[in-house]
Amino acid sequence: MTKTSLWAICLATAPFAAQAQTEISWWHAMTGANAEVVEKMASDFNASQSDYVVTPVFKGTYPETLNAGIAAFRAGQAPDIIQVFDVGTGVMMGAEGAIKPVAELLTENGTTFDKSQYLPGIVAYYSNPAGEMLSFPYNSSSPILYYNKDIFQKAGLDVDNPPKTWDEVWAAARQIKESGAATCGYTSTWLTWIHTENFAAWNNTSWGTNENGLSGIPELKLDSDTYVKHFQALADLAKEGVFVYGGRTSEAKQNFTSGECGILTESSGGLGDIVKAGINYGIGQLPYDATVEGAPQNTIPGGASLWVMGGKSDETYKGVAAFFNYLSQTEVQQFLHEQSGYLPVTMAAYEASKASGFYEKNPAREVPITQMMGKAPTENSKGVRAPNLPQIRDILNEEFEKMLAGQQDAATAMKAAVERGNAAIRDAAGG
Amino acid sequence: MRRTVFPHKVLPWLLLAPQLAITLIFFYWPAAQAFRQSVLKEDPFGLSSTFVGLANFRKVLSDPNYLNAVQVTVVFSLLVAFSALAIALFLAVQAEKIIRGKGFYRTLMIWPYAVAPAIAGMLWLFMFNPSFGTLAWPLRQLGIDWNPLLDGDDAMALVVAAATWKQISYNFLFFVAGLQAIPKSLLEAAAIDGASRRHAFWTIVFPLLAPTTFFLLVVNTVYALFDTFGIIHAVTGGGPGKSTETLVYKVYNDGFVNLIMGDSAAQSVILMVIVITLTAFQFRFIERRVHYG
Repeated sequence: MTKTSLWAICLATAPFAAQAQTEISWWHAMTGANAEVVEKMASDFNASQSDYVVTPVFKGTYPETLNAGIAAFRAGQAPDIIQVFDVGTGVMMGAEGAIKPVAELLTENGTTFDKSQYLPGIVAYYSNPAGEMLSFPYNSSSPILYYNKDIFQKAGLDVDNPPKTWDEVWAAARQIKESGAATCGYTSTWLTWIHTENFAAWNNTSWGTNENGLSGIPELKLDSDTYVKHFQALADLAKEGVFVYGGRTSEAKQNFTSGECGILTESSGGLGDIVKAGINYGIGQLPYDATVEGAPQNTIPGGASLWVMGGKSDETYKGVAAFFNYLSQTEVQQFLHEQSGYLPVTMAAYEASKASGFYEKNPAREVPITQMMGKAPTENSKGVRAPNLPQIRDILNEEFEKMLAGQQDAATAMKAAVERGNAAIRDAAGG
Repeated sequence: MRRTVFPHKVLPWLLLAPQLAITLIFFYWPAAQAFRQSVLKEDPFGLSSTFVGLANFRKVLSDPNYLNAVQVTVVFSLLVAFSALAIALFLAVQAEKIIRGKGFYRTLMIWPYAVAPAIAGMLWLFMFNPSFGTLAWPLRQLGIDWNPLLDGDDAMALVVAAATWKQISYNFLFFVAGLQAIPKSLLEAAAIDGASRRHAFWTIVFPLLAPTTFFLLVVNTVYALFDTFGIIHAVTGGGPGKSTETLVYKVYNDGFVNLIMGDSAAQSVILMVIVITLTAFQFRFIERRVHYG
């Protein structure tokens, strides 16, 4: 389009601005197939009505998107909707005044917000201590266990029964290595998310005080015996070469898809890459610690949610509310769930997927949902929150790496992580 | 001596204005912001901010992790600057000996300079990542326990190699130019006097290259200190533990990952002071002693 014609449009539309469509900006961090889903969501919504136009803008990785949002807010140019990853939740919650609580937004715009329609585990995670939902859950996932059936066969393990407890995982991993079926028995992505945050919830063990930080500033409890025992087992396996460390985020997935490792714990959102790799895989629940009473409890969601920024016009909020209502529709949720591999947000969408026979064809896709909904969450299993969770994860990763390299034992690592983590939390909380 | 006097008073300023504007907006303004931020304690969104004086600096300087970053930076910079200079000089001297295909050879040597730091990092990562690296596997077959994901020294070696590799081309270019500027007659005279090649190199070529070497030393140090962020970010992310976290990486990590603006700003102010001192020192004291041919 030429400059002149652009000007012509600007001039022509200016007097009618009041009647023009309201534009709603949506900053997101989705790539590949998930980015296509985002584009489709927005364009379908735009086509479904004529008052609002949602414009998705890709802003890089999760941390990059969050930083872009923060920088834009400071410059007075914040987007209307921003996708923030799970660990950024605490940061956003601390920013009262910068954000508009989603429950409030929906109620103000004439929608009755019914919490019971949403998956309880997800609602709990994105709500403040008073139970008000602050952000709109968009893509949620849960960690599960993947195993290579060919390697299991070669190692003489039961192909149809993946290990259910951590002790069984350790034993199976050793058998894989010792039998020579694979060079590595077990690997895991996201040690912090899977082995501390979800470990806490799944085994009903405290991650930190104040309901793991959900009802206040937490003090880490990661040096308790249950964790130390768990991580010592991991450190011992690393020493034997049975456990292979892949990296701090999802790098270890490659160790599994390349056929190097027999067992992997990873996000349910990672399924796509494992399918693409074409290996003969099976799926099981996230393992639990059988020695802990009450385990397995329930897992907690990872992924990201949509936050609405504060200080926007009523018209914009109306549009955002309409968009969120659109997103909550059963067909839309069902599409999102079946296409992207993320969990459905509403009960209705889950039921619809179930009724359509989707889980009979893809049994693995139900595992993360049943895991998360198995039991009513306890104070240890609603999720974890800290004003500086990204930093806490960094500290934990650093101590884990030193431990796995054999420089310290699990007790020392967990003690150091708790001390450093608590100091950082106090600092971030302004103490 | 006759002084040239320009009659205009306004025109010079006008001509300077674009440059001044760029300097003020892109250099002084952010620097001033960093100073301001470094004495404040703020939440990420800037909703509340308190003046804390020099508390951020005290906190940073007493933080053992910061001292670790200083140590990592010194080791990293020395290794990168030294290896990049030594290898480039060696290659430049060898390139001089080639008779046929000199131009082709030189062009090949210069190529890596066009690679962006993050891409250079990715290339090395793809070769040496323990899980999917093409060269990591043979290393392990040779019985070398190669694991930069957990072994800090391996990780350091990997980032040093990637950073060095990228800088060699640049140094090579300058050394080739420097070598060409050395009068052939000196070398011929040395040859007639019966000096060995090695002897001639260390007593004639190397001293005459001093201005080039000095210039490159400054450039390489600054490169290792500041321009290697992309490589570290792509290859190790500062890990394992904190064994490859340089000062610049820590500024980024504290500011943009952990969102501790005050600490991060205080660290950048310290970096600013380091750079100013370093540059002043190098140009005031070392440059005088360098023999410019």
